[in-house]
Amino acid sequence: METLQRYSAYLQISPLVLVLLVFLIGPMVVIVLYSLYRFTGFVTIPGDFTLANWARIFSSGTTWGSLIETIRVTAITWAITLVLGFVLTYYLVFDVKLLRTKILLFLLAVVPFWTSGVVRMIAWVPFLGREGLINRGLMGVGITDAPLEFLLFSEFAVILSYVHVFTLFMVAPLFNVMARIDTRLVEAAKDQGANGWQILWNIIIPLSRPGIAIGTIFIVALTASDFVAVSILSGGRAGTLATATFNQYSAIQHPYAATNGVVLLIVLLLFVGGIMRLVDIRKQL
Amino acid sequence: MSGGILIIILAIVAGIVGYWIYNSVRGGGFEGGTGRGYWVRTVIFFAFLIFLYGPIVVIGVLSFQGPNGGLTFPMESMSLRWFREVFNPTYAGDFRLPFLRSIALALILLVLTTFISFTAGLAYRRGFKGASIVFYLVIVSLIAPPFLISFGLLQGFATLGWQSSWWSGALGAHLTWTLPFGVLIMFAIFSRLDMAIEEAAYDQGATNWQKLRYVIIPIVAPGLLAVALFGFTLSYDEYSRSSLVTGFTSTLPVEMVTVRGTAARPSLYAVGTMTTIFSLLIIGGTFLALYLMEMRRGLLSGGKLSDSKAAG
Repeated sequence: METLQRYSAYLQISPLVLVLLVFLIGPMVVIVLYSLYRFTGFVTIPGDFTLANWARIFSSGTTWGSLIETIRVTAITWAITLVLGFVLTYYLVFDVKLLRTKILLFLLAVVPFWTSGVVRMIAWVPFLGREGLINRGLMGVGITDAPLEFLLFSEFAVILSYVHVFTLFMVAPLFNVMARIDTRLVEAAKDQGANGWQILWNIIIPLSRPGIAIGTIFIVALTASDFVAVSILSGGRAGTLATATFNQYSAIQHPYAATNGVVLLIVLLLFVGGIMRLVDIRKQL
Repeated sequence: MSGGILIIILAIVAGIVGYWIYNSVRGGGFEGGTGRGYWVRTVIFFAFLIFLYGPIVVIGVLSFQGPNGGLTFPMESMSLRWFREVFNPTYAGDFRLPFLRSIALALILLVLTTFISFTAGLAYRRGFKGASIVFYLVIVSLIAPPFLISFGLLQGFATLGWQSSWWSGALGAHLTWTLPFGVLIMFAIFSRLDMAIEEAAYDQGATNWQKLRYVIIPIVAPGLLAVALFGFTLSYDEYSRSSLVTGFTSTLPVEMVTVRGTAARPSLYAVGTMTTIFSLLIIGGTFLALYLMEMRRGLLSGGKLSDSKAAG
């Protein structure tokens, strides 16, 4: 009986393991192999292994530049979504008193998660373009004479759409931990004479840490890997690793694309691994 | 004339909604009552909602662009021309087949994600060697750059001499996105499920199958429904993982990005509007079903409705 039970657990986990091996690990192995294939500049020679692609990216400044650019854009997006997500969640958890309203407003804030990100990125175009709503509004009121060019096809547009699409990835995990904070702690602190900032800094933020960690994992992974918002809203002009990978792929420089992709993957794995050492994610489920 | 009436109706609706919001959110925060911080946060929250829904509303309005109108304002006039064009394409970009493929794929993903996540949840309940390795694999699946999955699958298929399409390469790529959510939700559901319930069923002489069918599945049913929603919608909307592997059989998001890059017309907005409404109907239907499940459960057990909601 005991052995049967053991076997059935393996049977039950096997579909998941099978799918992840074939469709997750499989492609990753292919990418790593491609990063080791010889590339003549025009054609890839599968099976002819070389470290030339790796030597190339470590010696050329472009990859380091792309990496730094990725970190910069990700850090900006993370900082904005963290502060914004924290304020929104704080409002939902502590300011809204009626449970029914709380649930309704929470749903309103997260429902777009289940709708199309592509549509929501495209939806910024009529806002930000030369003839877009914002330029028309600004010129109509007389604040500017000529359309602001930086709105569309710029880093501004890309980060705006990151904040638009990704913020709820910060709100949901934060809500999960913040809603569990015992309000008696806060009452006790208040009785001891703590002011609002002290309560925030010494109680709410430390107890929200696991939510911040999970939100951070989402935001960093989504932002660092994005090439869609970049291609829709900045015409593919961005120096991040993911965009470089995509552009090199489009230019049929597959081994270069693969090498850049592996760098991105390793950086992400190290970062998320580091966060998971700090916070036990399984305990938060 | 009709525009004026529309504005008056909108103003009345906005007034009622505003009053209701004012009444239901009044008074909160640790400052006690309605301090300045509280009002600042209220304004930020509702400004965020406008920021969140504004663009999609604009897309909705622009879908009704006149026959000669362009991709931005002004509205040249009002027409249904672009909706008609979606159903009878006369120009580049046919969204009809991609839409059907996306729905079919999403339904397959719904079934597979629910089944695989559920069995994985059961396995973790029992415990097995290598459980933490599989857990890390799930996290890797969540954070792996989507483009790499698409790229790797495409080259893998090519190496084997296969042509990837929506039901092969794209299906696998979508699983790597829906499964982490499904599995993590099942973990959360099962970790709240008391082992004693199973033992009680076992003591009463239930077979393994009966235990599953009459005890476990009914209890975790709302969780399964949530997983099904994730499986369906995450697949239905997925672009980055599908981008290279749909081959000659593009899904709706892939077709939309292609058309956006080459031959964008207001019919693109009409599709965006329709697909968003479709998603909202699916989400609304799922939430309604979840709510009804909770209601029935609340009536049966005599427990309070709010308990489980607040915990979730």
